[in-house]
Amino acid sequence: MDFQWSVIWESLPNLLMGAKLTLIIAVAGLAGGLALGALTGMARTYGSWYLDGIARGYILLIRGTPLVVQVMFIYFALPILAGVRIDGVSAAILSIVINSGAYVAEIVRGALLSIPKGLTEAGLAMGLPFRKVLLHIIGPLAFRRMIPALGNQCITSLKDTSLFIVIGVGELTRQGQEVMASNYRAVEIWTAVAVIYLIILSVVAFGLKLVEKRMPIL
Amino acid sequence: MSMIEFRQVVKSFGPLTVLDKVDLNIDKGEVLVIIGPSGSGKSTLLRCINALESIQGGDILVDGRSVRGSKDDIRQIRLEAGMVFQQFNLFPQMTALENVMFGPVQSRGMGRAEARVLAQSLLDKVGLKDKGDHAPSELSGGQQQRVAIARALAIRPALMLFDEPTSALDPELRHEVLKVMQTLAAETMTMVVVTHEIEFARQVGTRLIFMEGGKIVHDGNPVELLGNPPSVRLRDFLQHVH
Repeated sequence: MDFQWSVIWESLPNLLMGAKLTLIIAVAGLAGGLALGALTGMARTYGSWYLDGIARGYILLIRGTPLVVQVMFIYFALPILAGVRIDGVSAAILSIVINSGAYVAEIVRGALLSIPKGLTEAGLAMGLPFRKVLLHIIGPLAFRRMIPALGNQCITSLKDTSLFIVIGVGELTRQGQEVMASNYRAVEIWTAVAVIYLIILSVVAFGLKLVEKRMPIL
Repeated sequence: MSMIEFRQVVKSFGPLTVLDKVDLNIDKGEVLVIIGPSGSGKSTLLRCINALESIQGGDILVDGRSVRGSKDDIRQIRLEAGMVFQQFNLFPQMTALENVMFGPVQSRGMGRAEARVLAQSLLDKVGLKDKGDHAPSELSGGQQQRVAIARALAIRPALMLFDEPTSALDPELRHEVLKVMQTLAAETMTMVVVTHEIEFARQVGTRLIFMEGGKIVHDGNPVELLGNPPSVRLRDFLQHVH
């Protein structure tokens, strides 16, 4: 076959529009997921039995079901149950928030538990309340230990946005699908889509490397 | 009034009783050295003073405040009692100077500039004048422990608690830590020291306690107790630590 570069140039505006939406969903979803995961992870680690119980239930539910099922539920079932219509992009963002939050929670818990108990005691022995010990001593140290695993989660969640093709959200994969449906140039389009993902994720990986270099694990 | 008062203190970990109705009064200016075999309850006794361990019976008063009191009582007790740990427990993400500044700034609400001056003077005091910019990982064990002592002193405590401060150190690094502790004792700092350093007990201690099985077995003058052990058990123990 002959590879037609012109097909790529013609479809590039559509694909880049999709890439932009992919980034919006991933960034907004991960921002929420990191916050939710941090809270859930702390509830798992330090919370009373009922907070821990709620956190465990949430993590079980999310890790025990596929992301596609979760987004289908949010997009199609939730409006019926709760009577509120939710648009595709919001459903996509919400899915990433609750999905990545569950995985981030366990990353946070693991890192918090890995910090030697003596450091907490040293902080407490100075008369600091536990929240200050967490904020100034345990938190920053644990965060450094989380970076590799959080990086993995960011990469996974970013690629997971391609699953939102099932609810018709115009992210990168969906855009690729639609362009291909109109010109049937599968090789050019899917190559272009793959390369765009690769470029985005290379930038993410490079960024993570910089962060890790600046904040080494101690 | 005693600075620290143990009244029938009971501490247990599940079914295991670690402190068994301990009574003890520690006066201001005393350098109390606690020795005993491992598992005798000596570290636990120390950690109960600043409420790092909770007690199940009796009470401990530190300057009149109960360790079973409110959060604020416990906070005040901890501000009054500086603690030095066996494993140093310096904060690895901070330099030596920042470690020492941390307590005054976060716990006492001191301004950073003032805290920096205080921290530097305390590093001078423990003989680490030029090490302020070093990360803990760049310091030897003895240096780290001296930073830890400076850090504990920085909150301006009225007493100092030492939990086996030299046990994690090589023999040749111990003396530099012991020397700093000796200086503190000479300044009439009230000190409670859990240790296996019998020579330190003899030379610096003003009072010696031998613990076993969660009870205080002997309590007296270090020179007398060590020179003429009143029980076979203590004599036996001393032979093994020497």
